[in-house]
Amino acid sequence: MGGDSGSQTPTDGGKWYELFSRGARDWLRHDEKVREAVRRHLPQAVAGGELISGGARTVRVPVRMLEHYRFRLRSAEERQGVGQGQAKPGDLFDDPARPRSAGGKGPGGEDEGEVQLLLEFKIDDIVEWLWEEMRLPNLTPRSGPSEEQEWTRQGWDRRGARSRLDRRRSFKELVKRRGAPGAVPTFTDEDLRFRQLALRRRPAVRAVVFFLLDVSGSMSERDRQLAKSFFFWTVQGLRREYRTLETVFVAHTTQAWEFTEAEFFQVSGTGGTVASSGLRKVSEILHERFDAQSSNVYLFYASDGDNAVADTDEARAALAALAGEACFCGYVEVAAGLSRHLDTETGRLFADLSTDGANVGSCGLADFDDVWSAIRQFFTAQDPARAEGG
Amino acid sequence: MSAMEWRDYTARIEQLARESGLRFHPVEFEAVPDSFMMELAVYGLPVRMPHWSFGVRYIYQLIQRHMGHSRLFEVVFPGNPGHAYLAAGNGLAENVLVTAHVLGHADFSRNNLLFQRCQGQVSERIVEHAAQHARQIQQAIDTHGLERVEAVLDAALALEQHIDIDQSVRRPRYPQYTEPPKTLADDAFRRRFAALEPASARAGTTDRRRAPVPPHPERDLLWFVAQYAPELESWERDIFLAVREESFYFYPVFATQIMNEGWASYWHARLLREADFIPQQAYLDAIKCHSDVVRPGAADQQVALGLNPYHLGFAIWERIVAAEGLEAAFAIRAEDDDFAFIRNHLTRELAAELGLFRYRARDGRIRVLEEDVNALREAILAPKYNFGAPAVLVEKVQVDGTLELSHDHAADGRGLDLERGRKVLEYLHRIWRRPVRLRTIDAEGRALEISAP
Repeated sequence: MGGDSGSQTPTDGGKWYELFSRGARDWLRHDEKVREAVRRHLPQAVAGGELISGGARTVRVPVRMLEHYRFRLRSAEERQGVGQGQAKPGDLFDDPARPRSAGGKGPGGEDEGEVQLLLEFKIDDIVEWLWEEMRLPNLTPRSGPSEEQEWTRQGWDRRGARSRLDRRRSFKELVKRRGAPGAVPTFTDEDLRFRQLALRRRPAVRAVVFFLLDVSGSMSERDRQLAKSFFFWTVQGLRREYRTLETVFVAHTTQAWEFTEAEFFQVSGTGGTVASSGLRKVSEILHERFDAQSSNVYLFYASDGDNAVADTDEARAALAALAGEACFCGYVEVAAGLSRHLDTETGRLFADLSTDGANVGSCGLADFDDVWSAIRQFFTAQDPARAEGG
Repeated sequence: MSAMEWRDYTARIEQLARESGLRFHPVEFEAVPDSFMMELAVYGLPVRMPHWSFGVRYIYQLIQRHMGHSRLFEVVFPGNPGHAYLAAGNGLAENVLVTAHVLGHADFSRNNLLFQRCQGQVSERIVEHAAQHARQIQQAIDTHGLERVEAVLDAALALEQHIDIDQSVRRPRYPQYTEPPKTLADDAFRRRFAALEPASARAGTTDRRRAPVPPHPERDLLWFVAQYAPELESWERDIFLAVREESFYFYPVFATQIMNEGWASYWHARLLREADFIPQQAYLDAIKCHSDVVRPGAADQQVALGLNPYHLGFAIWERIVAAEGLEAAFAIRAEDDDFAFIRNHLTRELAAELGLFRYRARDGRIRVLEEDVNALREAILAPKYNFGAPAVLVEKVQVDGTLELSHDHAADGRGLDLERGRKVLEYLHRIWRRPVRLRTIDAEGRALEISAP
C-alpha cells in the first residue's frame, strides 16, 4: 500500500524514503495500465506464431511505454536551436537527433528516446481473465462409459523412492521423537516419510476439436489470421475444461485434407468452395479414430461463406449428421473489414440448423476485436444445450 | 568523520556568504540516498501526489543513470527555512561546493521578485503543502477509487502548465453580472426623453445582464475547469486546485532557470575562492567538480547542439559583476527573470566569446545560421514562453455546456500536434463531462477543429 506516502513530511525525521519508493509505486501503476491496455488487444497480439498445439505457454507482447499526453505543437519540418562550439555561419553537419536514414517518424518519445517493454503473459492467466471478465460458463463435459486410470497421491509410508521424500512430514516425526525423554535429536531412518501413490479410476473426459478451414481462393491472408486467432482462443477455452484435448486440422476447397498445425495455416488453395467435402472428412476422421459416443466433439468451421450453391443439400445433410454427434458446431464467417451479417450460403446453412434446435452457432468475424465476442457467443450458446445432455 | 568537518565548514561558508552580501533564509541540509535524489528530480517535490506518469519519468531517470549520464549533487526547495537534499554519496569536497551552491539558490529565491511573488501566493511552505496534497489525494483514492482519481489527475497534470501566473492562487470567480451601463448625464434632453416613456427609461437602469463565461479568452485552464466545469465534485475541484498551486510554485523555478543556476554557480565559485579555511586538497577537488558542473555545452566535442544553463548563466553573471559591479548584480538578481536577463545581458561580444550559434535542422541536416544576437536571444528563450506550453485559451462555454477552446497558433507559429491534442481533450472530457472542442490549424495552415467525444 502506498498510503503512507502523504502522511509524513521529510521534516519529521523519519527515513520513510528508505523504506518506500514512490517512483517504483508509480511505475508499477504504469505497468498495470499497460497490462490492461494489452489485455484489450490480445487477440491481435497473439495472432502470430504457432500456438495452438502445445508449444509455448506464454506470449510476449512488445509494448511502448505509455505517454501522458499534453498539448504540444506539431513537429515542424525544421526546428531552430542554439548550440555552442566552434561553428561558423553556413557550416553544415548531420543531425544526430534525427539520422537521415530513418525515414518514418513515429509519434511519441522524440526527446526521451524510445524504450520498449517486453511483457510476458501466461496464456493460462489470459484465459482466466477472459472467463472472469466475460463471465463465461464452465462447460459440463459429457463423460463416456470408459474410465481412465490415474496415479494420485495417497498417504505416507516409511519406505519409498528418495524423490518422494516428504521433508515436512519427516521433520515432524523428528520433532515428535525429540519430545520423548532421552532422545537424540538427529534424523534416523525411522523418521523418514515418503509419499505414496495410488492408482485411481476416474471417468474419461476427453475432447476432440476439429478445426475446419476454408482455404479456397477467396480467403485472404488476413481472413486466415482472423480464423487462426479465433481458433487459438477457442482451444484455450476448451483446454480449461478438458485435461486431454486432441486437435484435428482439416482444410478444404472442393476437396478436403488433413494437415498438421504448422502446415494448416500455410495452406492456400485455389478454386471453389464445397463445404460438404470438409464436413465429410471431419466425420470420417471422427469415426475412424475416435469414439464419437464418449468423446466431447467440437467442430469449428471458418469460412468466408461462399459455398457452392449446388452443394447446399449435401452440406446440410453432412452438417446435420455431425451436429447430432458433436457437443457443438460453431461457424465463424471471416470477412476482414466487411460485416455481411452471415447472409451467405454457409451462414444460412448454420442458421437453419440452429432454428431446428441443433447445437450449432455462428458468428461474423470482421476484425480482431470481434474474436472476443465470437468466443463469448459460442461459449454461452452451448451452455444450455450441455445442461440437457449432462 | 567528514560529516563533522562538513558541519563545521557549512557554518563558516554561511558566515562568509552573509559577509559577501547574500541574504537567505536558514537552510536545513539533509543527506539522502541516491534513489531518493532521483525521485526528487522526477517529482520536483519531496512528497508529491501519486500518478503513473511520474513512474514513466522515473524509469527514464533510472535508464539515464545506468548509462551514466546525469548525476545529481543537490536539490533545494526554497522556503523559510529552505530544504536542501544532498546526495549521500557526495564526498567532502563535493559537499563543500554544494553547500555554497545551495546558499546561492537560497539567496536567489529569497530576493528574486518573481520568486517572492509566487511564494507570497503559495506561501513559503510549499513542501508541506505538497505533502498535504498528496495525503488528500490518497484519501480521495481510498474513498472514490483509483480509477476516478486517476482520471482527474490525468486531466489536471496534462494541463499543469496552463495557468495564469498574473492571477492570484486564490483567484475568485468572474463577476456574475456585467457592469451596469454608465448613468447618463442628466440634461434637458434626457429628461424630455424619459418623459416620453417613463417605464422603459427606468428599466434601463435596473436591468442587470449576466456576464458571459468567460468574459474574455481565458488562459488559466486549470482554474477555469475547477471553477466552471458542470457537475464537478468538490474533491475533484480540490485536486485541480492542488495541481494549480504546485504549478505556481514550479513557475519561477522554470522561468529563472538560467539566472538561478548561474547565480548559484557564480557564488559557489566565489565563496570557494574566498574560503581560506578549506584545506588545499578539498579546494582543488571542489574546483574540479565546479568545472564539471559549469562546463560549456561543447566541452568534449567541437560542437554541441544544446546549452548548459549552468555555464551560460555563470558566464553572464561573471560578466555583469566584472562590468557593472556587485551592487548592480544584486539588483538584477532581484528584478529580472530569464527573459530580461538574456535580452539585457547576453551581449554580442559574450555570445561570440562563448561560441554560441543558431542553427536550423531540416531533413537530418543542420545548418549554422548567420550571426544575429537578437535572434539568438529569442532562440534561447523560445522554449520558455507560456511555461513552455502552447497557448490554449478557453473561448466559450456553449448553452449545452460544450467547452470551446482555441489554440493561439499565430503566437506559437504553428498548429498543435493533433493526436496528442485529441488525447488531452479525452482526459478533459471525462472531467468536464460535456463535449470539448479545440480549434487549431493543420500542417497547411487551414483551420481545423478537434473534439472529444
